[in-house]
Amino acid sequence: MNKPVNPTDLQLEDDGPLYVAQKKVFPQSVSGTYRRIKWGLMAFCLGVYYLLPFVRWNRGLGAPDQAVLIDLPNSRFYFFFIELWPQEVYYFTGLLIVAAITLFLMNSVGGRVWCGYLCPQTVWTDLFYAVERLVEGDRRERMRKDAARGTMKLQRFSELLLKHSIWLMIAWWTGGAWVLYFNDAPTLVKQLVTFQAPMLAYIWIAILTATTYVLAGFMREQVCVYMCPWPRIQAALTDEWALNVTYKYDRGEKRTSLKKANELRALGEPVGDCIDCCQCVAVCPTGIDIRDGAQLDCIQCGLCIDACDTVMTKIGRETRLIGYDNDINIHRRQAGKPPVYRIVRPRTVVYVAMIAGVGALMLYALLTRTLLDVSVLHDRNPVAVKLSDGAIRNAYTVRLLNKRGFDRVIAIDIDGPVNATVHVVGVDAVPPDRPMIVLGRDQTTELRLLVTAPAANNPKKSIPVHFRVTDIGLGEVASATDNFVTP
Amino acid sequence: MTEHSDFDKVSGETTTGHEWDGIKELNTPLPRWWVITFYLTIVWAVGYWIVYPAWPMLWSHTTGVLNYSSRADVAVELANLEKIRGDKMVKLGAAPLAEIEKDPALLALARARGKTVFGDNCAPCHGSGGAGAKGYPNLNDDEWLWGGSLDQIMQSIQFGVRSGHAKAHESAMLAFGKEGVLKKDQIVTVANYVRSLSDLSTAVGYDKSLGAKIFADNCTSCHGDAGKGKQELGAPDLTDKIWLYGSDETTLVETITNGRAGVMPAWVGRLDPPTIKALAVYVHSLGGGK
Repeated sequence: MNKPVNPTDLQLEDDGPLYVAQKKVFPQSVSGTYRRIKWGLMAFCLGVYYLLPFVRWNRGLGAPDQAVLIDLPNSRFYFFFIELWPQEVYYFTGLLIVAAITLFLMNSVGGRVWCGYLCPQTVWTDLFYAVERLVEGDRRERMRKDAARGTMKLQRFSELLLKHSIWLMIAWWTGGAWVLYFNDAPTLVKQLVTFQAPMLAYIWIAILTATTYVLAGFMREQVCVYMCPWPRIQAALTDEWALNVTYKYDRGEKRTSLKKANELRALGEPVGDCIDCCQCVAVCPTGIDIRDGAQLDCIQCGLCIDACDTVMTKIGRETRLIGYDNDINIHRRQAGKPPVYRIVRPRTVVYVAMIAGVGALMLYALLTRTLLDVSVLHDRNPVAVKLSDGAIRNAYTVRLLNKRGFDRVIAIDIDGPVNATVHVVGVDAVPPDRPMIVLGRDQTTELRLLVTAPAANNPKKSIPVHFRVTDIGLGEVASATDNFVTP
Repeated sequence: MTEHSDFDKVSGETTTGHEWDGIKELNTPLPRWWVITFYLTIVWAVGYWIVYPAWPMLWSHTTGVLNYSSRADVAVELANLEKIRGDKMVKLGAAPLAEIEKDPALLALARARGKTVFGDNCAPCHGSGGAGAKGYPNLNDDEWLWGGSLDQIMQSIQFGVRSGHAKAHESAMLAFGKEGVLKKDQIVTVANYVRSLSDLSTAVGYDKSLGAKIFADNCTSCHGDAGKGKQELGAPDLTDKIWLYGSDETTLVETITNGRAGVMPAWVGRLDPPTIKALAVYVHSLGGGK
């Protein structure tokens, strides 16, 4: 990346520069294996992002029928057959842990797969470059037009207008799709086009339109190089076996022009395969030279591999002068040994085991998740009350969760203090001592529950008391434990 | 960095001139947009000075062109809250007292409102949980001097006890010793008799029949023949396990000698009717309500 600078130039200027001007990058179009993979992944990622809010999922009457919905006002998250409540945020924690370890795994197998193929910054920037190429032409034309700026002609102006219009439209769609995840998509789309949507929706669309337009249209590689922490983190995660986009200098050096190389080869002199055509530099979306080795600015998108392969095919040399490889193999080839690839090694095995472990734990939690829940909080003041006949009473705040989409009737039983009776404030116990409560659909119900027991039968200071909640219809059971305290 | 800046041959960059153990720090300048953004944030901050309250003055502060005040925001929020609460409290005020506990929504509202008001007004004497203290009744238990039904609780809150209000509960325990009705040894004897009513131990050599006679002559008009108390007079049940001032002989002697006349203020006029209603429901739902 850093071209050697003539020291004498710098000594004249005693101060270092305050800032560096952003160098303009004009990536050239390229075709090949990795370009095809990138197009495919872009279509998939954007397709999922733009279309997912319109997928329907029937949850019965009264519940939203959007497959993926973040319902903030009612604090619910819907994902196909799953409905999560705020207190179940640990599922997201688990998902984030799996996502993090998956990133580690990708990194230890194929380097910055995330950066090069999947990161939204890369995907949208790639799309914006495609638009730019379509409207303004390829690398050379764009460079020429950029050099001639200031002498703006009508054609150039209309070109720029068209490019920015398309960019803004894509950016606007990006923001538009975002808000659809927080509302019923078809309803909101109708509201948006008739200008009936809530102000918040327009504000969010505006914010995301602006960020997409600025980040993918102007900031581009600057986001990766200066703003994103991931390149710094992943440098600590890579190891000597990880396959990164690598210029195989064992094969490429000593580089020279094609003509000279052919002459030297005819003479039987040692010469590298690299003909210094700089195609790898021309196609690079971050404007670096991969032949300088692994570097922070390289997002490892693989486009230089395609560019080099095209050239190698043309000049009749073996492809993959640039390819997914590592230093170990370069040194092995230099020493005349065959390359070795170790995808399965302790690091990757541990990552896979961790993903499987956390995944299994989450699946277990999801499958055994209860749709009826109870939590009990003992009154703190007073802890216990002595009644006129000498009996002891404890009061509890009982919170019941009905996660099902319909009302249900539950009964509360307790077990613990001897000869205890239960009373729920506002509820007549029928049959005696077994309060029945109606729980509304998809909500919590808070009750004040009193447990009374004779002091003579319960001499201990503190007796564990179990609260068992039974759904009369379905037979579902939930329970909680607290203490019955005597003064 | 000016005097020692230096060129690093390996990286092809200049250094800042800072050196630690022979290691020099490379000068890596920030991109131009970053530096511009940084200056823009400073300009933006100046905008804040102009628009929002910012600079402290001697007696006040600059108010900013928007004349923004977080206190005004709070006032608006509180007014909104009062409006929302007002509508609900009207509903509570209109509902019959006995129906409130049957309606989960009204019960939740009454309990929430009652708890707040209780904490503000009642907790100093009755404790934050209504557990009471010596001389201040525990509102969680099932012993009620003036009755534990919803109506009776509401009446006690409205008019108080010996509060001076025309409708207040008035009757008080006579100071039998001070007034010269009973002598010291008679008081000790009847105190032991009262203890025996609730199966508490009595002093050695105390005359039970004498105690019963003194009790029958002096106490039964209020506390009843069996000492079960009379709610209309606020006379406590002497046979149960709950003692407002204490059940030991010394305390009983003190009670009989000096009498008892605890005071609770009337809340009518200080709290609006729906709030008193909410308070009654809250106290009733603490657990002791009849």
